[in-house]
Amino acid sequence: MDLDALTGCLASSACLVTQTTSGFIIGMLLFLVAVGLTLIFGVLKVVNFSHGAFYMFGAYFAMTAYQFSGSFALAMLCGAAGTAILGLIFERIFMSRVYGADVLMQLLVCYAFVLIFDDVVRMIWGPEFKSMGMPAAFQVAPLFIAGGVVPPYYLLLIGVALAAAMILGLGLARTRIGKVIRAAAHNPGMVSALGINTGLIYGGVFALGGMLAGLAGALAAPVRSLTPGMGFSVLIESFIVTVIGGMGSILGALIGALLIGLIRSFGSLGFPLFTEGLMYLFMVIVLVSRPTGLFGKEVA
Amino acid sequence: MTELQAEQGVQALEVPHEAKTRRNRDALIALAVFVVLALLPTVFSSKLLLDFVIRCAAYGLFATSLNLLVGYTGLISFGHGMFFGLGAYGFGLMMQKTGVPVPVAFVATLGITFAVALVIGAICVRLKEIYFAFVTLAFQMLIHSTILSWVSLTGGDQGLRGGIPRPPFLGIDLSNQLHLYVASCALLVIGLFLMHQIAQSPFGYTLRMIRDNATRASFIGIDVWRAKLTIFVLAALFASTGGIIMALFVSGAYPEFAYWTISGEGIFINMLGGVTTFLGPMVGTVLLLILNDTVTRLTDYHGLVLGIVILFFAIGLRKGLMDFVVEWYAQRRSGGGERG
Repeated sequence: MDLDALTGCLASSACLVTQTTSGFIIGMLLFLVAVGLTLIFGVLKVVNFSHGAFYMFGAYFAMTAYQFSGSFALAMLCGAAGTAILGLIFERIFMSRVYGADVLMQLLVCYAFVLIFDDVVRMIWGPEFKSMGMPAAFQVAPLFIAGGVVPPYYLLLIGVALAAAMILGLGLARTRIGKVIRAAAHNPGMVSALGINTGLIYGGVFALGGMLAGLAGALAAPVRSLTPGMGFSVLIESFIVTVIGGMGSILGALIGALLIGLIRSFGSLGFPLFTEGLMYLFMVIVLVSRPTGLFGKEVA
Repeated sequence: MTELQAEQGVQALEVPHEAKTRRNRDALIALAVFVVLALLPTVFSSKLLLDFVIRCAAYGLFATSLNLLVGYTGLISFGHGMFFGLGAYGFGLMMQKTGVPVPVAFVATLGITFAVALVIGAICVRLKEIYFAFVTLAFQMLIHSTILSWVSLTGGDQGLRGGIPRPPFLGIDLSNQLHLYVASCALLVIGLFLMHQIAQSPFGYTLRMIRDNATRASFIGIDVWRAKLTIFVLAALFASTGGIIMALFVSGAYPEFAYWTISGEGIFINMLGGVTTFLGPMVGTVLLLILNDTVTRLTDYHGLVLGIVILFFAIGLRKGLMDFVVEWYAQRRSGGGERG
């Protein structure tokens, strides 16, 4: 424990800015993964345990596309589109078979794919750590805000994640497709009876969730190292985020992700070895006081 | 299957004499199994086989105790592995730091597990279904993080190293592989016997009722919270025993023993073997260990093969192996009856 470092940082504006930005980065990436998780749970009522794999594939797709084309925009596009297609195939061929089955069976199918996907990545890209490298466009001098160092790429990352949150929120609330999705979450039988193809909606939502996780992976590729199994810690953390925020709530995922990001960045100063412990402690406290999460609706 | 069991349960309530003979029969079977296992080294002297059975004992006790929660009570715990880790660390630390005799450390570790499980259980069992799973997972990771960060006591990510002293007691020397083997078999058989008694007791049928309809159970005057807490603590004790065997076997304790993947494996073992029969998890344990050992030897892509096998069970069979066998047998028998 190193409380001096924590209080020292809280007193200095430079450190405060740096830690808050790094907390926001962690939080925004987590949000993109967690919002897909929460969306899939909200509509399909499935806890997608293999969601971390989409984050991993997004990062690897982006790296490969960047190495071939040298274009950062194309890399992001490949990361997102590739995982969307993967999500659609995965849902239609495998997950759709276990909707009616036991929750445990669904978890088991996902668990199987966590193992399979990790090994597939190991086969294609090799077991060693990889790095995509920062694109040339962002290799510029960092900004100084109140004495704190903020790399420009971080601002892009935060911007993209916030834009995704707004598009998603507005899309679900205002558009026709959004309404159909919400209706399907509420009463799939009725939606189906009205002549809407629920299988298509389920596949689409799964693809959307996979795409968001893939986008997060692609955005993370320049700043994190790539390795098979990288999806795992992200998966566990985004689980914590969705549970804290409330399963099925987009706003909850955003707030939960930012809270976890800040706990991580400031916790690593004060409790270097117990940073993860802090997150779990927070999760226990939230679950015990509000079992449905901060923004979750009461389930009957 | 469940109807058949329920029928037996009613009989057990009405005719105590029959319950007693059944218990005697169970005890006889347990004794016979123990004798066979204990005599195994005289026939096959392979050290690998003995190691395999010891690991089966550790994981088998853990997985079967998890089934008391998942299969019998409908409590899907994602953090049951924390008690496996707690047993391993509690026992290892006790032997390293205090040097008390093995049986004292054994009982004391179970005592610690009891206290911890009581506190965690009291918080967790209030929550329903998926939230129960999450909060147990969170507690598991909390314990794992504590082990990692409390370096001065637990050795952090290196685990408890330097070996666990195993002084002989009553002529039993657990540092001798053969003695450890016989002791593990004894613990396994006793553990399974006790758990079977719990499952077959009126309390065991109360648990099944809570699983099937908790509201109805509470209407007829059952304190659901108390019953859930009781089985949570009991299951923790057996999982802890499994952890103790593991600590004795590897002569150490590692953070992986308390990591959530242990709980995941436990659930997987249960699904593999089947949750509707008492011995399903034991079958699952043997299957998974054989699978793990052979696959690791044959290929580097261990996860790929294991994943495909899991898919076969989850999508192909849609149930555990023992469930499948039991159903197939029942179908065959009823089919035969019609013909006869």
